[in-house]
Amino acid sequence: MGPLYPLGIINENVNLLIAFFIGIVFGGMLEAGGFTNTRKLAGVFYGYDMTVLKVFFTAALTAAAGLFIMHHYGLIDLTKIFYPHTYWLPTLVGGLLMAIGFLLGGFCPGTGFCAASTGKIDGIVFAVGVFLGIYFYAFTYTPVFEKFRNSTFMGQVNVADWLGISQGLFILIMIVIAIASFFFADWVQKKVNKNKSPEDLEELGL
Amino acid sequence: MKDLKNKYLNPYIAGFFIGLALIAAYYFSGEGLGSSGAYKRFVIASFDAVSHTYALKSHYSGAVVSNGHPLDSWLVFEILGVMAGAIISAAIFGRLEWKIGKSPKISNKTRLIAALLGGIFWGVGTQLGRGCTSGLIMSGMAVNSLSGYIGLVAVFGGGYLFAWFFRKLWI
Repeated sequence: MGPLYPLGIINENVNLLIAFFIGIVFGGMLEAGGFTNTRKLAGVFYGYDMTVLKVFFTAALTAAAGLFIMHHYGLIDLTKIFYPHTYWLPTLVGGLLMAIGFLLGGFCPGTGFCAASTGKIDGIVFAVGVFLGIYFYAFTYTPVFEKFRNSTFMGQVNVADWLGISQGLFILIMIVIAIASFFFADWVQKKVNKNKSPEDLEELGL
Repeated sequence: MKDLKNKYLNPYIAGFFIGLALIAAYYFSGEGLGSSGAYKRFVIASFDAVSHTYALKSHYSGAVVSNGHPLDSWLVFEILGVMAGAIISAAIFGRLEWKIGKSPKISNKTRLIAALLGGIFWGVGTQLGRGCTSGLIMSGMAVNSLSGYIGLVAVFGGGYLFAWFFRKLWI
C-alpha cells in the first residue's frame, strides 16, 4: 500500500535517496527526448517541432491513468499524497508570465536545469534568470505579491468532480484528446516543414 | 561509432518513462515531480545562510525555514538526480559540450539576453502560480487537479497567444 513515505513504511533517508533516483530517470528522459535543445522546445509554439506536446501529454496521462488504476486496486491511497490547492487567478496570471518566459527563454525551469547541466550556455543563463526572478519576487513579496497570491482560494479542487463526471471518464476523455492532438501535431509539423532543407531540420533530429 | 548527436529518443517512449517516474514519485514519496520548488529552496537556503533572522521573518521564506533546513527537501534531491540523469544521457548521445542553443537567424548576444529575461519571467511566474511545467501542470494533471489544468491552459494557451510577438527569436 502506498504512498510509502507518508505512511511511514520507509524512512526519510530512503525517501531522499529515492528522490535522487527518480530524478535521474526524469532528467535522463528529458535529455534523451531532446529537451536540452532550446529549438526543439520552442518549436511547439511555431509548429516546426511538436515533440514537447507528445512527451508532455504522454507523461501526464500515463501517470494519471496509472495512478487511477493503482488507486482502483488499492495499491495507493490518493488522499495521503500531496494534492495542490487551487488559487485560480494567481495561477492563471503566473501561467501567462511563464508563457512569455517560455517564448523568450526557450526553456522551462526543469529543462533549463538539464540544459545548464550538460553545458548549454543559454541554459545556464536561463537558470540564472530564474534565480534572479525568484529573488525579485522574494524581496518584493509582502508589498507586491502576497495578497494577490493568496486570493481566489478554492481549496483542493479535482477537475473531474468540478465538471461533475467520474475520474475514469475524465482521464479517458483526456487520452482521446491527446491522441487526436498527436495526429494533428504531426500534420502541422509536416506542413510547416514542407519547404525546409534537410540541414534546417538536422539539429532537430526530425 | 555512429553519430547520435542529433538523434533523440522517441517522444512517446520518453513521455511514458517520465510518466512512470511520476507514478513512482507519488507511490514512494507522495510527491509530484517538480523543478521550480527546488530553485525556491536554493534561494531560501541563501537567505538562511546570510541571515537566519531575516529568513524566519520574511513572509516568503518563514514557513520553510521554521520547518528545518531549506535543503532537506525531496525536490532538492530529485533535482540533483535530474542533473545527473541529464548528464548521463547527454554523454551517451555525445551532446555533452559547451554550446549556445539558438535559431541560426539570431546572434549569441540576442539569444543570451532573451534567455536571461525568459528566466526572470519564469522565476516570478512560478512563485505566483505555485509551480512550473512539471510541479504545477504535469504533476497536477496526474492527479486530476484543477490547478494543473489552469496552468496548462495559461502556459500553453498563453504561449500560442503571444507566440507571434516573439517569432523573430525562433523562425
